[in-house]
Amino acid sequence: MANRTIIPFGPQHPVLPEPIHLDLVLEDEKVVDAIPKIGYVHRGLEQLAEKRDFNDYLYVIERTCGICSFMHGMGYVEAMERIFDTEIPDRAKYLRTIWAEMSRVHSHLLWLGLLADAFGFEALFYQTWRLREQILDMFEESTGGRVIFSVNKIGGVLKDMPKEMLQKFVRNFDGMEKELKKLTNVFLNDYTVQSRLKGVGMLSPQDAVYLGAAGPMMRASGIKIDTRTLGYAAYSDIDFDIITSKECDCYARCDVRIQEIFQSFHIIRQAVNKIPDGEISVAVKGNPNGEAFMRVEQPRGEAIYYCRANGTKFLDRVRVRTPTFTNLMPLLHTLKGCELADVPLLILTIDPCISCTER
Amino acid sequence: MAGLMKFTGLALRNLFSKPATQNYPVVPREYPERSRGSVQNDIDQCIFCGSCQRKCPSGAITVDRAARTWTIDRMGCVQCENCVNNCPKNCLKMDTHYSEPSAEKTVVTLHSEPPAAPEKPKFTPEQIEAMKKAAAAKKAAAAAKAEE
Repeated sequence: MANRTIIPFGPQHPVLPEPIHLDLVLEDEKVVDAIPKIGYVHRGLEQLAEKRDFNDYLYVIERTCGICSFMHGMGYVEAMERIFDTEIPDRAKYLRTIWAEMSRVHSHLLWLGLLADAFGFEALFYQTWRLREQILDMFEESTGGRVIFSVNKIGGVLKDMPKEMLQKFVRNFDGMEKELKKLTNVFLNDYTVQSRLKGVGMLSPQDAVYLGAAGPMMRASGIKIDTRTLGYAAYSDIDFDIITSKECDCYARCDVRIQEIFQSFHIIRQAVNKIPDGEISVAVKGNPNGEAFMRVEQPRGEAIYYCRANGTKFLDRVRVRTPTFTNLMPLLHTLKGCELADVPLLILTIDPCISCTER
Repeated sequence: MAGLMKFTGLALRNLFSKPATQNYPVVPREYPERSRGSVQNDIDQCIFCGSCQRKCPSGAITVDRAARTWTIDRMGCVQCENCVNNCPKNCLKMDTHYSEPSAEKTVVTLHSEPPAAPEKPKFTPEQIEAMKKAAAAKKAAAAAKAEE
């Protein structure tokens, strides 16, 4: 048996946008074990629910994460709407769907850029992030914020998107789709990229289920689960397939995310065509009493929100289970047996969001 | 090798196209209409009700009703627009421009003078005398009416 060496990986590492620490146990260049340590960006956001009015807490929970901030806000307000037993106007549902899908495009483009950066393809990284910039501009135009949108409220949304704006966005997405097709050709067909991604980090469908993988990580292993099929927001009126891949490696995860971007464009176009006119919010009166669960499909996978109210304006408990947290176990599994040089790539393919995980 | 040179087309296009970035600050950034930059207060309209202070999730706004001051910690504000949405007088508004960068934590305090009390009307002695007479006549008429 070769000598075992422990290499600390993180919390500061070029590939990591956020801090997580892994102790990698190596035999020569092979990783035989990985011991994670989290807790560098814990902020106690769940506890703040006891000290902030349930309406104002929305602005706290949105700041759980900078990338899926809209989804966090939406998960929370939909859970609260279940407690209030409120039906929101259809237009608000469609607006939420459009913004949620824009968030998914934004998140996946960001991830693709980081992936290109992780395997050393700087030029591809810049190309991807140039596309992402257009989404941020659209967010700023429609919501007023580039990262934190603050457009949700319990009972609907705060801002409407006029017809001209929606049509302009659809035209922008058409242009983006053309650009993305060119980039897809590089991501999926380039020899160098394939040599880094194919056959790396295999996660079998059984392991994906046993270890509780979520989102694209699971769908890349061939498991067909997508929380959007539950039909929250306006997803019940929208026609879409769950994208899966049978290859179970890093290449499959890249492929699934790219196809999901194209699918998001498709969903946004459908939503813009179907969006009804009318009110964008209803008034919600009184204090909440009761408890509710809400599951939403974030770009990284399924997130669960639990809210318990006690009839006052402060909530008893808010719990968020984020996809990155459940994806950590599959990550540790795929790390065992891989080469040291592939570790950054493997960590990246779960699309880690440590701020979400630790809240 | 089929998979080679996939990026060449994009790379060549980038060589001959104009930059994707803007020549900031020579070309100033144009903010969209809805952009949430910084909170501004039209202090003359403000009634110092303190609604914005209570609604601020980050506790950046302080309102002193007695001293008639409205204070915002620019670095503490998270631009959520909650105060603007809850202002009863609509004197708060969101400016599209961000606040100035600073090496120190800046606090902006706005103050307004209390509105002047309405002046008492001034009458000449003759007017006062006439008013007294009118009042007495009215009283006498009322008394006469009561006797009847």
